[in-house]
Amino acid sequence: MKNLFVSSSPHIRSIETTSSIMQNVVIALLPALAVAAYVFGLRVLMLVAVCIASSVATEWIIQKLLKQPITIDDWSAVVTGILLAFNLPINAPWWLGVLGSVFAIALVKQCFGGLGHNFMNPALAARAFLVASWPVRMTGSAYIPLTDTFTSATPLGMVEAGMDPSLLPSHLDLFLGLNGVYGSIGEISALALILGGVYLIVRGVISYRIPVTYIGTVAVLSLIFKQDVLFQLLSGGLMLGAFFMATDYVSSPSSPKGQIIFAVGCGLLTVIIRLFGGYPEGVSYSILLMNVAAPLIEKYTRPKIYGLRPKEVKEGGQ
Amino acid sequence: MKKYFGYLTNGIIKENPIFRLLLGMCPTLAVSTLAINGLGMGLATTAVLIGSNVCISALRKIIPDDIRIPAFVVVIASFVTIVGMLMKAYVPALDAALGIFIPLIVVNCIILGRAEAFAFGHTVFESLADAIGMGLGFTMSLTVLGAVREIIGAGTIFGFSLFGAAYEPMILMILPPGAFLTLGLGIGLINKISNLSRKKKAEKEKDIELSQIVEEAA
Repeated sequence: MKNLFVSSSPHIRSIETTSSIMQNVVIALLPALAVAAYVFGLRVLMLVAVCIASSVATEWIIQKLLKQPITIDDWSAVVTGILLAFNLPINAPWWLGVLGSVFAIALVKQCFGGLGHNFMNPALAARAFLVASWPVRMTGSAYIPLTDTFTSATPLGMVEAGMDPSLLPSHLDLFLGLNGVYGSIGEISALALILGGVYLIVRGVISYRIPVTYIGTVAVLSLIFKQDVLFQLLSGGLMLGAFFMATDYVSSPSSPKGQIIFAVGCGLLTVIIRLFGGYPEGVSYSILLMNVAAPLIEKYTRPKIYGLRPKEVKEGGQ
Repeated sequence: MKKYFGYLTNGIIKENPIFRLLLGMCPTLAVSTLAINGLGMGLATTAVLIGSNVCISALRKIIPDDIRIPAFVVVIASFVTIVGMLMKAYVPALDAALGIFIPLIVVNCIILGRAEAFAFGHTVFESLADAIGMGLGFTMSLTVLGAVREIIGAGTIFGFSLFGAAYEPMILMILPPGAFLTLGLGIGLINKISNLSRKKKAEKEKDIELSQIVEEAA
């Protein structure tokens, strides 16, 4: 009788935990990290380490100060740190990473109640904060010894500046990212990011809906506006944003229909900002804007309760 | 005398217009980019507040209840015009920095709010004390907000450089998001402090009660 005990439901639990999900995300980010370390050198690892360390430390300090349970072992701060580092340019000073991490964890995440309550993606909000605070630091160019070229914020900026199209990187260079291509640390190789994204979809960590719809929307709109579709898809932060930022559980809708609407909105805003806005790249702002709209989308896409007639659903399922 | 002192301090701490009543948010967010702008805006508003509170309190028996709001606005607008003209004449640089927000003092919620909630029902001297307290509270809060934003966002305080040339200012703080961040964190901090002191007070009262019970039992 010793082995019999009474408990309330749920009785079957998934073996998935927050930390196992977050560890999978870290694994999925490794290919992009490897490419970045190969192209930009060891400085990449230093920046990533600084961002991870300061994100985790900020989380620990705040939870300690507020006398909350310490949850740094759930790996979510680690993911935020890596994603933030991926959004930095290679020549960013270390303090930029520290301040960005503190902003992401302290203001965007813990001020609103910690994991599960952040109203935006913390890493992206920190990126927006850094771009607004130190625009020169965030958009400067750097010399890459490996390929003997200069890197700048994004090749989209070269288009915006009206540069000769023949000087732009080729589609293959953008896809592989090995040939001195342009952009923040984590966004240079579309292939590595797609690999990581496919890994996450196969492991069931994220659904294919948001990334596929997001990228598809950008492709269709680029076609309509007579842009170089592959160039629009492969340059800038689209792959990083679509697979790793827009799919954040907390700040994106959870219903399938809502996810589609959310992703279409992200794609639409990205193309509008890229083609008609003042900034060359719009992935971060479009995801942040849709993050804020997510609760509204969720409200209007609530799934029907199974077994109820439409009239009963309207009456609140009574 | 104690009564007047109470009205005076009420606006500075207990009912601080910015951190407590959340009134006058529009000029607060817009002009607190520099400490000097915050101070100038605060003093201009204080001057208008003192004039309007005293005037409205003196006229409170003459102003018909039905049209009191238009009457308040006329009184306030007159003082705003006077202050605006004085500033144009004597501190043109500050006037240019504050721009449209000087004429907009007419619709500042603090001034209309104090006229409606206080001056219309109190004597002239009470209204004067209230106006000075509220004005000082508003000025102090605006100056503190402006100083914090100026120190972080520009590395200066009242125009004096603080950290030298090596400091790279966090430009965000003197942009609109910096206003929301500073104000939000400031309100949070003040709420936290007042909650702590309230808790302490409650514990003290409990202790006194307990000791009374113990005494009675003895």
